[in-house]
Amino acid sequence: MRSVDVVIVGGGPAGLAAAVSAKKHGADSILMLERDASLGGILNQCIHSGFGLHRFKEELTGPEYADRYIKLVEELNIPYLLNTTVIDITRERKVTAVNSDDGVIEIQAGAIIIAAGCRERPAGAINIFGDRCAGIYTAGTAQKFVNIDGYMPGKKIIILGSGDIGLIMARRMTLEGAKVEAVIEIMPFSSGLNRNIVQCLNDFNIPLYLSHTITSVNGKERLESVVVSEVDKNLKPIKGTEREVECDTLLLSVGLLPENEMSKKADVVLSSITGGAIVNERFETSTPGIFACGNVLHVHDLVDYVSEESEHAAKYAVDFAGGRRYSPSDVEIKAGNGVRYTVPFKMSSKDIEDDLTIRFRVTGRFKDKKIRALINGEPVISRAEPALAPGEMQTVVIRKEKLEEQAEIKDIMVEVAD
Amino acid sequence: MEKHEMICICCPRGCYLTVTSENGDIKEIIGNRCRRGETYAREELISPVRVVTTTVRLNDGKIPMLPVKTSKAIPKSLIFDCIDMLRDVSVNAPACIGDVIIPNVLGTGADIIATRSIGKKDED
Repeated sequence: MRSVDVVIVGGGPAGLAAAVSAKKHGADSILMLERDASLGGILNQCIHSGFGLHRFKEELTGPEYADRYIKLVEELNIPYLLNTTVIDITRERKVTAVNSDDGVIEIQAGAIIIAAGCRERPAGAINIFGDRCAGIYTAGTAQKFVNIDGYMPGKKIIILGSGDIGLIMARRMTLEGAKVEAVIEIMPFSSGLNRNIVQCLNDFNIPLYLSHTITSVNGKERLESVVVSEVDKNLKPIKGTEREVECDTLLLSVGLLPENEMSKKADVVLSSITGGAIVNERFETSTPGIFACGNVLHVHDLVDYVSEESEHAAKYAVDFAGGRRYSPSDVEIKAGNGVRYTVPFKMSSKDIEDDLTIRFRVTGRFKDKKIRALINGEPVISRAEPALAPGEMQTVVIRKEKLEEQAEIKDIMVEVAD
Repeated sequence: MEKHEMICICCPRGCYLTVTSENGDIKEIIGNRCRRGETYAREELISPVRVVTTTVRLNDGKIPMLPVKTSKAIPKSLIFDCIDMLRDVSVNAPACIGDVIIPNVLGTGADIIATRSIGKKDED
């Protein structure tokens, strides 16, 4: 069996950044495994711009952002395999992958970085009543059809869910000549970015119906219409508000879920909130030597932060592969009032190597609040926030010096306060 | 005095801007958290511009579509003309990121450039 220092599962934004960082941190051998025929992952189909403002201080399209990292991977001669699917990983860090050239490949890894991304919530997961006709796709599938394969899934479109992918696809389908009848959002607000509401919907006069949902899909073979209903405060459809809208295509943009079937095989403990692994400040999962980063860990809104997180994870994966062991994660990082979850979930109070970057999402929409970080109940960071929304990932950074000056760290908490 | 409400699209923060103008002259811009917001508000009020991203056909490429964009923002009113013009454009593989597909599109001063490198079919 082949031995490799650091095996990276996935060649999208997280895997690419992890690979470059692992090399820079001195990994003896690296192997990146990518299921698709090219590196870059989902960025390749995200042909719109808006990527890289933090990382590269300029606005890039998805493929351009990926290209920056792919070039680095090539320059640094980092080995990778394409068209290669990882089918198993074990607690002992044995990786099994398959492709059509080599057949079954078995690798003993010093450390594994899981960077396998996320999946879209499919039609079957949201239980829409009605016919089981053709013409219902996830927004990401439609995006691949249009931007990579070059064909249009339909002409008269309804989009359910106003997350960013839904908004981006509303514009994309319009530009390609389809009529987007409406974007339907069950919540009283959109989970997409403000800028996408403006440049994807308002620019093209596409209506956004908030507090509405689809209560029926109708069509014999192909989708013919959907029934749109208003919902009440409890998100239940209100009788009498039903309206039938003709369409041939329904796109679903109803959420993303980290893809962790494989992690479970290596006994990686998952969070019921994020769907991703429970990791410490080094992005190490509950299984020693197995690390997770990017959308497989928690769904991000900005790829820039995926890159940053993955670079960090790779540094520690290289450490682990080199034989370094850290003291146990004895400090819990708690999601306090108004905070849905934090990543990382815990940390070690002993080996403090870096500033502690905590990423989190808030539970609802807030105005004129503060974000606070507390160590042992004492605020160490307090930042005024004019507006907070669950759709925007938040970050607090507790400086290394601040952590080191504590006699003892019992717990760390992030909260929304008045 | 006229008040215009708008949302800045320069970055993911999406600041809510309030622009006060009188006879087309901008008197005050509030709500922006950085200087780009000010430029955006002026442009948006006088002549809004957007970067256009789309695809063109790639002949004999590893994949059939080549993503492209305008090298800078073009007037919003020209978005559909730009897309229409590109509808029947095809280029031959290989394509290299940054390749100029159409120079000075619609006289805007912006070029249509490739945003991805894609090799020929059946070649590594």
